[in-house]
Amino acid sequence: MTRTQPTPRTTRSATTRFPSSGSTAGARRRKPRWLLGLAPLTLIAVLLGLFSLLNGPGLASLGQGVPPKEEVAVENIRLSPGQIELTVRNEGPDPVSIAQVNVSDYYAAFTQTAPTMAPMQSSTLTVSYHWVDGDPYEVALVTSVGGKITAVIDAAAPSPERDGSFFGLMGLLGIYVGVIPVALGMLWMPFIRRSSAAWVRGLLGVTVGLLAFLTFDATLEGFELVTDNHAFGGTLVVILGALAAYLALEAVDAWMRRRREHGNGPAALPPNRLALLIAVGIGLHNLGEGLAIGSAYAVGSLALGASLIVGFAIHNTTEGLAIVTPLARTRPSMVRLVLLGLIAGAPAVLGAVFGAASYQPSLSAFLLGLGAGAVGQVAVKLLPLLKDNSGRIITPLTAGGILAGIAVMFGTGLLVVA
Amino acid sequence: MAVDHAGHAGFAGGPVPADRAGIDPTAILRDFDKGKTRLLPDGRTLREWDIVAVDKEFEIAPGVMFPGWSYNGRIPGPTLWAREGDALRINFTNAGAHPHTMHFHGIHRASMDGTPGIGAGSIEPGQRFTYEFDATPFGTHLYHCHQSPLAPHIAKGLYGGFIIEPKAGRPKADDEMVMVMNGYNTDGGDDNEFYSVNGLPFHFMDHPVQVKQNALVRIHLINVLEYDPINSFHVHGNFFHYYPTGTMLTPSEYTDTISQVQGQRGVVEIRFPYPGKYMFHAHKTEFAELGWMGFFEVSPE
Repeated sequence: MTRTQPTPRTTRSATTRFPSSGSTAGARRRKPRWLLGLAPLTLIAVLLGLFSLLNGPGLASLGQGVPPKEEVAVENIRLSPGQIELTVRNEGPDPVSIAQVNVSDYYAAFTQTAPTMAPMQSSTLTVSYHWVDGDPYEVALVTSVGGKITAVIDAAAPSPERDGSFFGLMGLLGIYVGVIPVALGMLWMPFIRRSSAAWVRGLLGVTVGLLAFLTFDATLEGFELVTDNHAFGGTLVVILGALAAYLALEAVDAWMRRRREHGNGPAALPPNRLALLIAVGIGLHNLGEGLAIGSAYAVGSLALGASLIVGFAIHNTTEGLAIVTPLARTRPSMVRLVLLGLIAGAPAVLGAVFGAASYQPSLSAFLLGLGAGAVGQVAVKLLPLLKDNSGRIITPLTAGGILAGIAVMFGTGLLVVA
Repeated sequence: MAVDHAGHAGFAGGPVPADRAGIDPTAILRDFDKGKTRLLPDGRTLREWDIVAVDKEFEIAPGVMFPGWSYNGRIPGPTLWAREGDALRINFTNAGAHPHTMHFHGIHRASMDGTPGIGAGSIEPGQRFTYEFDATPFGTHLYHCHQSPLAPHIAKGLYGGFIIEPKAGRPKADDEMVMVMNGYNTDGGDDNEFYSVNGLPFHFMDHPVQVKQNALVRIHLINVLEYDPINSFHVHGNFFHYYPTGTMLTPSEYTDTISQVQGQRGVVEIRFPYPGKYMFHAHKTEFAELGWMGFFEVSPE
């Protein structure tokens, strides 16, 4: 609240002036500041370039006799009749060549897009093998130095064709698990509006509980996607995603507050903006969830029965409730409500389609991390609204609400063990 | 480019050509090394071989390099052939990076057994030792390194056939060959990634063993497979007489499938009554489809 005074400016000018107070002050024209910043960077780049061009002068013996380190992650497996297609990525520091492929102890003919994978590079292997529907397989990729990377197919089934109708199906799926449940959840709006202040605090507690649950849930889900994939930092991308989303939302929030409420005290967030933040957070979360569902279905590891979709729907209905609760004392227009619902639910459609089209575990994990951070940020922002007359946030009522929110999510989450 | 294996297992692109692999299973088939011979004052024959242990890299499957340990630069090592009662002298030089020995299956003194700690024991890199003993008993035998840890010292390629012909000879065969069944553990796990006969997986699929119709074919079959307990040999469209360890002149069995544990060996005698291509392979089909399969090609009389 008091950071509008121009003190930083004086500090900065004092620092820049300091060096010129020496004996040669003013004699030479001062170098522009940007050059001083850029020069070390250029020097570093030139030196590193020379160092690697000369192959590390004096250090060549360091790498001698050290066998190459082969770390390869299997990112995707697709099956079509008589064929198994694997997408693998080199996540180690040395180049890797896949020399042979055996499917459950049978050397099979194959082709690949990158016979030698540079670090971080991926390759798609197309293996000729007459797999049997429903049978489990172990695919072993034998490298040029004899190393073995294994990929497990729990039960072989044809991977869905990725044509127009398939993407249509994925879009519909996104609507079923994202848009419709959120919209249904928002139907609690009239109920909330007529509820007493105490009830609303309790329901806000429920919302905080829901969001807290989603934060942990999305984080763990993200971790799970990248446990065996370290090419892009592994589980780190989830944490970085969460941190990035949290900080970005905080910054946007601070910026908006400074513009609109210049000089005024730190009021709690206005309900409209709170609802928007919740919708954005949940939207990011649903994007990650949609990606996970779409890709799981596309790689054949998820059978999307009606019960699973119902599970997801019930699970996500609660998200609609979370959006409308802060609006209890306002009169939002229908358009605004629809927009909020779409912001929260529609990303599931996007996610499902993208996830089915091209699956990249690290990217999905990063998006889940973003969602976790966004939802977590909103949960924190909601806390001031739980205050009762005595100014306490945690009261028996709100604590009960939070626990109830967590319990509801936990219970409905059991319906979607996928 | 994908190769059509017409329903067989096989490598993408077929087996490695022998010259590129550093192993020629077809040449090894009929390559009996009888050594340098000279007559001793007592009328016996002295046979002498120079064997050098060298570390060498082999391309055992297309694109898969195997850092092997070998006797005389080949896997399996040379098939040493002697006649029962000959005096044998094996001048062994260790040019490898690890201590090795040559341990022969046969009857000899403890000091000539090639066991670490007994007699000359481990032969250190750069050192040499001459193993001396008499060729007995007759039969189909083997030799291998006995340095510990044993499994890698054998499985990296230090083994070979050791054939002792009976003093009076065996009935004349039209064709005589040696087949050493082995495996390659390339990833350091507890199993083999590749299996073969005479060192190169799937080689005899594309380069069948050439034999003549009705000819008596004698095969010295030796199992040196590590990491798997049992190996086997099965031939299609035919039966054979089997002489376990080759130490008797009467067969024990008339069959089309036999099994051998590590170090077990025997003589297979077979005649092909019909021309054509007949598969032979480990009847442990996992081994077969990981490289241990091939063809006999019988040309008409």
